[in-house]
Amino acid sequence: MTGATARAPLLELRDLAVRFTGPDGVARAVDGIDLTVAEGETVGLVGESGCGKSVTTLAILRLVEPPGHIAHGSSVRLEGRDLLALGPKEIRAVRGNHVALVFQDPLSALNPVLRIGAQIAEAIRAHESVTRSTARWRAVEMLAAVGIPDAERRAAAYPHQLSGGMRQRVVLAMALACRPKLLLADEPTTALDVTIQAEILELLDALQRKLGMAVLLVTHNLGIVAERTRRVYVMYAGQIVEEASTERLFAQPAHPYTEGLLAAIPRLEERRARLQAIPGQVPPATAWPAGCRFHPRCPHAWEKCAAEEPPLLDAGARHKARCWLVEEPMRRKK
Amino acid sequence: MNGGGRPLVKVTDLVTHFTRRTGFLGARRETVQAVNGVSFDIAARETLGLVGESGCGKTTLGRTILRLVDRTSGAVRFDGEDVFALDAAALRRMRRRMQIVFQDPDGSLDPRQSIGRAVREGIEVHRLARGAEADRRVEALLAEVGLPAGSAARYPHEFSGGQRQRAAIARALAVEPEFLVCDEPVSALDVSVQAQVLNLFADLQARRGLSYLFISHDLAVIRHIAPRVAVMYLGRIVEHGPSDRIYARPLHPYTQALLTAVPVPDPGKGRRRIVLAGDPPSPVNPPPGCPFHPRCQHPAKDDRCRTARPELRELGAGHFAACHLAGR
Repeated sequence: MTGATARAPLLELRDLAVRFTGPDGVARAVDGIDLTVAEGETVGLVGESGCGKSVTTLAILRLVEPPGHIAHGSSVRLEGRDLLALGPKEIRAVRGNHVALVFQDPLSALNPVLRIGAQIAEAIRAHESVTRSTARWRAVEMLAAVGIPDAERRAAAYPHQLSGGMRQRVVLAMALACRPKLLLADEPTTALDVTIQAEILELLDALQRKLGMAVLLVTHNLGIVAERTRRVYVMYAGQIVEEASTERLFAQPAHPYTEGLLAAIPRLEERRARLQAIPGQVPPATAWPAGCRFHPRCPHAWEKCAAEEPPLLDAGARHKARCWLVEEPMRRKK
Repeated sequence: MNGGGRPLVKVTDLVTHFTRRTGFLGARRETVQAVNGVSFDIAARETLGLVGESGCGKTTLGRTILRLVDRTSGAVRFDGEDVFALDAAALRRMRRRMQIVFQDPDGSLDPRQSIGRAVREGIEVHRLARGAEADRRVEALLAEVGLPAGSAARYPHEFSGGQRQRAAIARALAVEPEFLVCDEPVSALDVSVQAQVLNLFADLQARRGLSYLFISHDLAVIRHIAPRVAVMYLGRIVEHGPSDRIYARPLHPYTQALLTAVPVPDPGKGRRRIVLAGDPPSPVNPPPGCPFHPRCQHPAKDDRCRTARPELRELGAGHFAACHLAGR
């Protein structure tokens, strides 16, 4: 949670691209992502369905399955080490050990026929040479650390015997058992009720402080981004369209897509007569629009936007936006 | 509990319990107390928001009102008529007047049926129009919900999630209902599309004079769509009243916790968060006394909360809460 951007990045993505070859042609699901996470930092990756945020997360650990593949020229570095150049055994050692992954659905991460304590112990033993009983003991300790009451007894439970919130705690316990330096959390609370979500996010915060770990928090929920991250990347149509400190992004968004998202959320504190919807739909990944990919839905678009794809332009204060308005603010329509 | 005017929908002491099989090979039976004594009114042209977390009974409540599931006791009156006293023919006529929109539009759209056919079905079943007149109505409905011209001949898979939800709404509207139960209709949609569909619900209400029971787990969505809100916990309404009041000054400790739990898209805005401990109890075995007492963080919680169930009390103009300690 420290603003440690001056240090060498823990995670560095350069020009990361993931393509899926299918009957409708090639889908450029992730299309040239640059992203960094510093040690101990919490970074948000926000976007709507189909923007490529989950595929980005999977690509970091090389978990993209065919027909998807990471394109040549992509780079994923963890503490300077090129993860894309590692052999299968080496990348397995990185997964879970240095970088852990938590998904929206805890059941996808848990083995239904194995007791939860045993699963965590197994995860520990996969990465560290410890005795069976030490692993057992550490598993119970982790279950207690994630707030599972009566952890010693609960370690003997099977996943189906637990509630959704408890399962996600178990998944966190398993993910964090080897004290990873980076946690990739992909919509970790989306399937949970709001009161349980609050408990899990508080827990994640506390564990992060305790373990000094960095978190890449992937979510569609702008409220979670606002409360839990210091820096944020916004994704649209396979690209990063804006990056800024969280405070700045919400105070002065530079990309019309980000602005649109912020205007579209219903608020708790006031009732607006009408929500400002973003017209149209996200285009399919096989047919991103030419020029700026957002231009067909953008209220400010002019000829240039349909013709030329904007790069990420510098909007000051370590704030970047993939929008020609950064260079030509006079074009902004009132 | 009245939003003013003669109620179109009047729910009185409604109880819905159902048994389900559980245990090894379903050897045991247990009774789920999904709805446990709920009362409210909805006036014509009014929206009542119903908010609660999973398993609180809000979906079962919505379905019981439409008599899609059987009630255990209590009454539902629609336009003065007892919904549970109707014979088959009368119920069919009543069904035309009250429709439901689900979270998943695929639940009301058949993948092998064109969107036009899906919308036309209700018009024909209820003999509202035939032939070219039915075609004209289908086109008008699809346009009204914002689907592009030519949608009628296309199939559900050709549309995005937001468009399919629009089609499901058109299908519900085809029989010209007065009342819609909207069960999490925007929960599966992305925020940009969710805003489009919420605006559509508002437009349709203004144009057609519809009444909504709008069910959602999302407090901000309910705030936006409903001037009056009921908060449900473990089969009971624990607080209800005007949204402006409840969101500004919630009286029930559960509502207070819910509201502080919602992450707010406003960085740096420090808020005191009431973090509840543990999961909601099972509706199979609700706790005695106040259903919320095991998780309640109220400092003055006492024996009464554990033994006596609090009734809804009016603590402000039209603002009710079921808590022994509220307003004290």
